[in-house]
Amino acid sequence: MKLLNRSLIYLTGVFFLIIGIWSIIFYFNLKDEIRDSIDDGIDNNRILLLMKVYDDPSLLEHHDFGGNNFRIRPIEKGDALEFRDIYKDTMMYRINESDLEPVRLLHSAFEHKQKYYRITVISSLVEEDDLIEDSFWSVVTLFVILIVSIAIVNNYVLKKVWNPFYNLLNQLETYRLDSNEDELKINSTVSEFVQLEHAANTLISHSREAYISQKEFTGNASHELQTPIAIIIGRLELLLESKKLQDEDAETIAQVIDIAGRMKRLNQSLLLLSKIENKQFLDTETVSINEITENYIANYEELLAFKKIKISVDQSTELKVKMNAALGEALISNLIKNAIFHNFEGGSIRILFTDEMFIIRNTSHQAELNSKNIFNRFVKDQSNQNNTGLGLSISQAVCDSYGLKIDYDFYESYHTFKVDFKNILAEE
Amino acid sequence: MKILIIEDEQGLRDTIETSLLKEKYIVETAIDYHSAIDKISIYEYDCILLDIMLPDGNGLDLLQELKNQNKSENVIIISAKDALDDKVNGLALGADDYLAKPFHIAELNARIKAVLRRKKLEGKDCIEVGNVSLEILERSLKINDEFVHLNKKEFDILNYFLSNKNRLLTKTALAEYVWGDHIDQADNFDFIYYQIKNLRKKLEEHQAQINIETVYGVGYKLVEK
Repeated sequence: MKLLNRSLIYLTGVFFLIIGIWSIIFYFNLKDEIRDSIDDGIDNNRILLLMKVYDDPSLLEHHDFGGNNFRIRPIEKGDALEFRDIYKDTMMYRINESDLEPVRLLHSAFEHKQKYYRITVISSLVEEDDLIEDSFWSVVTLFVILIVSIAIVNNYVLKKVWNPFYNLLNQLETYRLDSNEDELKINSTVSEFVQLEHAANTLISHSREAYISQKEFTGNASHELQTPIAIIIGRLELLLESKKLQDEDAETIAQVIDIAGRMKRLNQSLLLLSKIENKQFLDTETVSINEITENYIANYEELLAFKKIKISVDQSTELKVKMNAALGEALISNLIKNAIFHNFEGGSIRILFTDEMFIIRNTSHQAELNSKNIFNRFVKDQSNQNNTGLGLSISQAVCDSYGLKIDYDFYESYHTFKVDFKNILAEE
Repeated sequence: MKILIIEDEQGLRDTIETSLLKEKYIVETAIDYHSAIDKISIYEYDCILLDIMLPDGNGLDLLQELKNQNKSENVIIISAKDALDDKVNGLALGADDYLAKPFHIAELNARIKAVLRRKKLEGKDCIEVGNVSLEILERSLKINDEFVHLNKKEFDILNYFLSNKNRLLTKTALAEYVWGDHIDQADNFDFIYYQIKNLRKKLEEHQAQINIETVYGVGYKLVEK
């Protein structure tokens, strides 16, 4: 839910509550006010009537309301002396409305020529249900007007006010730690936004420092490991030549050398990866992808024959790109190696060039791979422990450094990798 | 043959020295830039192994110094810094070869032998053992003056064996040599085994005076009959 809508919902709730409570209070106040003024009116009527009685004793005979708004009935002296004035609401039948209507009424008692009477004066009341209904609708109208105007203000004014925020949000969404982007910028003088800009930039610079030091760590660590690994391998190889060695010992040492070799390859791949990511390959030249492919296939010719893998290369299009030659080789060679080493005896590899793409397809015992993680580091075929699981990561790192797209899909039982060189095609 | 090892890391220096002594070379060592400068200005060496990163100076400066004295053509750079720059700069300064750490001893042997051969033989680069002669530049094998066809990998393997005569070659070192740098999957021992089997057959057919012995579970060794 958007910020604007959320604030609108809160405001709607709060207004609903405030206006609701306010209208209830207002309603009762209004009713009281009306009662007060009616009570004053009927009290006044009573006083006028009592004065009139002296001139016109026939009024004392009005035992019922009839057309008048009063009645006078004689009562006992005791009752009269104990009587206190009572104002109250009641319902009376009205002929014109043919319904019971609310009426305000005053009971009082008085003495006239030694006789005691009870007088009741009435006055019609505002119809309460009408009052409620009328005020309800005005309140609803007020409420709707308020909400609509707030929505409009929100959409036009607040959106404008929040614009720097959305702007920053967009910048953050597209920000990449590994690209050397400028600091985030907010064009606003609002102190909160300036503060936000500052906080975001601080966070980014911290993250970038951490990112860089992590990257450097990989590079430095693998660099520092080179010499110790060299010594381990060298010493073991010398030890292996010792005459005093038993056959089983020699075999064990050979196994350790093999493992050290794995460590070495892993280390070299990590070094290469960190160099690619650190953009240490700067020289760019026109590179023929076809040529690289041919060279590598020639290098694996005997292995392909040994594994009885059929390979077909469609050379009808020449794909020339502008990139670092070593990186081009790393990209293509890792894809070719991947296609060979995950293949089975008697399988096949097809390589295809289009104007913009290098496509390599291979058969394999493996089912469709998870395209989400195959390019991740150390994701490997569990059946082959000797592989470092970094080959495809290297291919992807090369692609990333040039903004190329590399895709995997599984189609007609062929694992297919496509590299789109659109961004760096060499001009004819 | 006199070889100078310029390497500050003692473990590696000792290993290389021991291995080179087995090849009957005269070996001298220098542990830093200054002792190296002293040695190269006084003595002549047939081959110099040079570590680029020294505690008190850059190996490339040393190489420049050697170039000034016209002695840079027999230098093999050894570096943990596998950066292409170093390789390019080093070779531009006249170094003969570049070997990235970590390397197999057999690999270093092969490189040193190549340097020494190139230094000795004018234009003709060839390894001869008994009646076997391997032409490096032409990539061809002659046994009893008769050409024997080898595929690329068989040639590489034989070349590696001949440069490491009488030395034990582990399967790992062989696989890495055959597949070159940055090979992810050097574990294709079946393939290596198959190539060696073919190679043996060819050597036998032509009555070569060399033999590739199997050291069970470890590797192989080329011996002269």
